Amino acid sequence: MPYLSLTEEEKKAMLGQVGVRSFDDLIMDIPASLRDPKINLPSSLSEPEVQDLISKLGRRNTTTRDALSFLGAGSYEHFIPAAVFEIIGRQEFLTAYTPYQSEASQGTLQAIYEYQSLMTELTGLDVSNASHYDGATSLAEAALVTLRHTDRPKLLVARSVHPHYRETIRTYLAGTPYKVEEFGFDEKGNFDREEFFAKLNADVAGVIFQTPNFFGNIEDLEGVSEKIRANGSLMILTANPLSLGLLKSPGEWGADIAAGEGQPLGLPMEFGGPYLGYFVTSKALMRRIPGRLAGLTQDADGKRAFCLTLQAREQHIRRERAGSNICSNQALCALAACVYMTLLGKNGIREIAEINWDRATYLRQNIAKLKNFEVDSTQSIFNEFRVKSNKPFAKIEEKLMAQGIFPGVALERFYPELKDQFLVCVTETKSRENLDWFVEALAKC
Amino acid sequence: MDFPENLRYTKTHEWITVGGTKAKVGVTEYAQKEISDVVFVELPKQGQAVQQAKMAAVVESVKAAFDIYAPVSGKITDANKALESNPALINQSPYTEGWIFELELSNPAEMNTLMTAAQYHEVVQQAPKH
Repeated sequence: MPYLSLTEEEKKAMLGQVGVRSFDDLIMDIPASLRDPKINLPSSLSEPEVQDLISKLGRRNTTTRDALSFLGAGSYEHFIPAAVFEIIGRQEFLTAYTPYQSEASQGTLQAIYEYQSLMTELTGLDVSNASHYDGATSLAEAALVTLRHTDRPKLLVARSVHPHYRETIRTYLAGTPYKVEEFGFDEKGNFDREEFFAKLNADVAGVIFQTPNFFGNIEDLEGVSEKIRANGSLMILTANPLSLGLLKSPGEWGADIAAGEGQPLGLPMEFGGPYLGYFVTSKALMRRIPGRLAGLTQDADGKRAFCLTLQAREQHIRRERAGSNICSNQALCALAACVYMTLLGKNGIREIAEINWDRATYLRQNIAKLKNFEVDSTQSIFNEFRVKSNKPFAKIEEKLMAQGIFPGVALERFYPELKDQFLVCVTETKSRENLDWFVEALAKC
Repeated sequence: MDFPENLRYTKTHEWITVGGTKAKVGVTEYAQKEISDVVFVELPKQGQAVQQAKMAAVVESVKAAFDIYAPVSGKITDANKALESNPALINQSPYTEGWIFELELSNPAEMNTLMTAAQYHEVVQQAPKH
């Protein structure tokens, strides 16, 4: 049957079938004033006029290329080798959608398989999925896995986990009988051990920690996984993946699931997305993993081939009993991460991580010398740290932004008790001159 | 196809055998052929309450996942741990080594609603061939 618009006769027949005489009769329940509203839009523009308008609007943005940015808090500015965009820009990758006839897309499956392999190595866990949309949704999916696996009603989440992630988890669980309980942090911004142990009871399905946490602190998780395991709960760890070049992996900390934001692995900040959610678990949770999973197998002739595997988990087979509705992945971003990690190699990732730590530490030492600012120089960090200002931060921010410096993210927005404190991030993109200039500018505030 | 006389059967292709107040449950020869190669079995937890004709376990093959229903109501007293490392036991020996779970009957009268081997054989004969 050709797909054409309706003829008058067909319309009449359809209206007759539902028992009305005209289209107006069909929509008579909609108030007359709403049926044909005046839409207040300017008259149309020509193409050059539109281009002009859009570039004018675009120029109102200040990007991290136009300014000296110390913004982090979940979205990080890193150098991305040109080869990353060159490779992911190939049309076979760029224009391909999720492989429906998956085994016919061997290249896409292989790229996913390589990404998964690298993520398992980086996180020290057994099985990675093909990725999620972003860190927040990936972490929320991880939370659901623990609730289903343990058949318990509660999640225990550190308040030092990214506020957006915690909000997403609450959104996921809204309208369900599941509960989210939080435990706080101490003066230094590290999770409160006593409160955590006190709240770890038989209702807890999963516990979520972030390290480096939202304040940039490397959490001391010694002895934590043992306690969680003894309680019959599961441990979820979210970590900046680049920090794992230097720090203990989620697997080494004894986590059951590593889930979080993959943006630092070769993806630009790009106004908050598209990003990449990574999701890696122990083998014991393999059949609880949400989303797609690429596997290595052999074809009928015994040749190496890639496939989508463990599909009985997924909604097209498991229907309403599937653990998750996720049936796609963030393939292009996962590929970018895969290419980025491959270009850097094991030693490269370690080196980048070291440079981040080194420069952040250098900046912190120098801010420590300023009389109007306080930092905690004894706290272990990766590439981000907390600064307390003796003056209103909004004023300082305004002053520095006028000089083309983004000083950091105000913490009061997320934690009202952390007045005039801000989060400063330093990556390999900042030179020593940049850092010295920033300290000088701060000194004048 | 083999449907032992001493077992009772459900329309959803489970078998059950009662000894005292406890009963063992598995899937029939016909079911294991339909399911094809079993790769994973999600076993019920000990102490879990199950209801007649409600889902109690999941058997996964390379092509699909199948719900396994409790033939009668009761409480799970044991599950076949051997299936965790060797799920193919369901294909190889559906009536003995491939049993799935054991339960304590809460309403033994429900046994009267189940089919004999002959009745089940009839059902299988009428099942669509594919």
